[in-house]
Amino acid sequence: MAAERFPEDLEYTAEHEWFRRSDGRVGITDHAQGALGDVVYVELPAAGSRLEAGVPFGSVESVKSVSDLYAPVGGTVVEVNAALAGSPELVNQDPYGGGWMLRVQPDPGSAPLLSATEYRRLVEAS
Amino acid sequence: MPGPEGAAEPLIFEQSSPGRRGIELPGADVPDAAAPADCLPAAALRAAPPALPECSELQVVRHFTRLARLNFGIDTNPYPLGSCTMKYNPKVADEAAALPGFAGLHPHVPDAWAQGALELLWSLEQALCALTGMDAFSLQPAAGAHGELAGMLICGAYFRQRGDAERRRVVVPDSAHGTNPASAAMAGFDVLEIPGDARGGIDLGALRAAADGRLAALMLTNPNTLGLFEEQILEAARIVHAAGGLLYYDGANLNAIVGRARPADMGFDICHLNLHKTFSTPHGMGGPGAGPVGVRAGLACFLPGPRPAREDAPTEPRQRFRWAPGGPESIGRVRALYGNFGVLVRAYAYVLAYGGDGLRRVSGDAVLAANYLLALLRPVLPPAVDRRCMHEWVADGRALRDVGLRGVDLCKALLDRGFHAPTMYFPLIVPEALMFEPTETEPREVVEALAAAVREIVAAAAEDPDGVRRAPLGTPVGRPDEAGAARHPVLRWPG
Repeated sequence: MAAERFPEDLEYTAEHEWFRRSDGRVGITDHAQGALGDVVYVELPAAGSRLEAGVPFGSVESVKSVSDLYAPVGGTVVEVNAALAGSPELVNQDPYGGGWMLRVQPDPGSAPLLSATEYRRLVEAS
Repeated sequence: MPGPEGAAEPLIFEQSSPGRRGIELPGADVPDAAAPADCLPAAALRAAPPALPECSELQVVRHFTRLARLNFGIDTNPYPLGSCTMKYNPKVADEAAALPGFAGLHPHVPDAWAQGALELLWSLEQALCALTGMDAFSLQPAAGAHGELAGMLICGAYFRQRGDAERRRVVVPDSAHGTNPASAAMAGFDVLEIPGDARGGIDLGALRAAADGRLAALMLTNPNTLGLFEEQILEAARIVHAAGGLLYYDGANLNAIVGRARPADMGFDICHLNLHKTFSTPHGMGGPGAGPVGVRAGLACFLPGPRPAREDAPTEPRQRFRWAPGGPESIGRVRALYGNFGVLVRAYAYVLAYGGDGLRRVSGDAVLAANYLLALLRPVLPPAVDRRCMHEWVADGRALRDVGLRGVDLCKALLDRGFHAPTMYFPLIVPEALMFEPTETEPREVVEALAAAVREIVAAAAEDPDGVRRAPLGTPVGRPDEAGAARHPVLRWPG
């Protein structure tokens, strides 16, 4: 099994989402996609929807289970990755690239999330 | 269009030849109805006839006979598919259901002509009450999840009647069947999931924290989906009732306790039973099932109606049984007619054939078989929680990683050895979960052969994991692309 990746330019949640503050993108981590197994469907909100930090905004379905997706920050959905509707496997193949889920305009003053080092520690301790 | 590569039997559509006929319909002996265009709305009319397969009778017979021979079923092989209770369905129950007085009965005949059928339904309700301790049952729900939904609608009706409609919270443990939160949500409740404790039971601290004026119900399966008896059930019931909530029993695992312990004695207020599990009616291909819903006396007015009623002193001797409509508080009908009647006949035949002592042996032998299998397999496939199990147990399949296997590889390899796979990846709280339920109908030598097959696969993987990962080799279909099928489902014939 390939080593899990924890890119330094991302922030993370304890629920295994990532957030890239520079462009507002949100997705699930390499660890999360590995634990879920083959992703078969991603349910996402429409552009313009409001997100509340820590509250589910959608769900991801694999051959094993369905899991909630939690908003890493409060804000407004600017764009949804339309490619996931036809190719949910992108979440497995490229979780930090083509498998991104939302682009979000975060509310001003949103607090920083877990760093790559903190998130890696959390994963390794579980 | 060609079938899937290597398919053992082409689709019936692929065997079609234009104009071929299997049957000749006689001429109509009633006047022709109006043309479809004159009696149906335009939106309901097709532009062209449907592309139905056109085959001879012999083609159809061969097609379905060949498919039946490819099928893997309890009548040919052991089927330890945990949580599903795939036990043998006694043929005597089929014989009862096939009796012309039951099988040929029209559902709309007057009560006086259906006294036997009404008496059977009434008697089955009484038997289910005796086995669960509940005071009343409705046999209408046609599946376990359907019974759950009816039960949660009853729960909602109860709180509305009390003027307590703010109770919107239904608590489920994280080990629950997925249908529990789904049924609660469909009935309009908010679902709160709480964790389990180290012994695989409910976390009472988390339950206490959730037991306030918002609590409508706690939904529990006992034994739970880990196959473990909920030891703290009486305390859990006390907490829920003290907060003004109701306790819902998911009867999916009743096979472990039937004839020995009753949900009402544990404090449950509402329950459903899966007749196709505990009462051994066929499961085939998702139906027909039966999920009767039962309640304590104070909730009986909310049950779906009509229900069969017995007159103690009938004025007319052939009118002892009749249909009693649901009252104004009833949640209403949840299914057309009287549920899956043929399934209910089978279940009642099963209850009569075993009797009370026999049903006690059913649960006793089911628990014994599961514990024997657990004892035989513990060295190679340890349980997720190592306690005395009930009618099933859940292995932590991570132990297989030592020999380079995933849970699915063991399951596929079992198929080549004549065993259906255990349930995989459920409950969700156990990594690589493998859930075994041998049931009471498998004899000792089959349980031992199953354990030997698992041990043999693990030993083979230690030598040659790639060889095991190629399994199954002896089935008509080996490893279908499950993710591909779910991502890009093709659900209808394109013709």
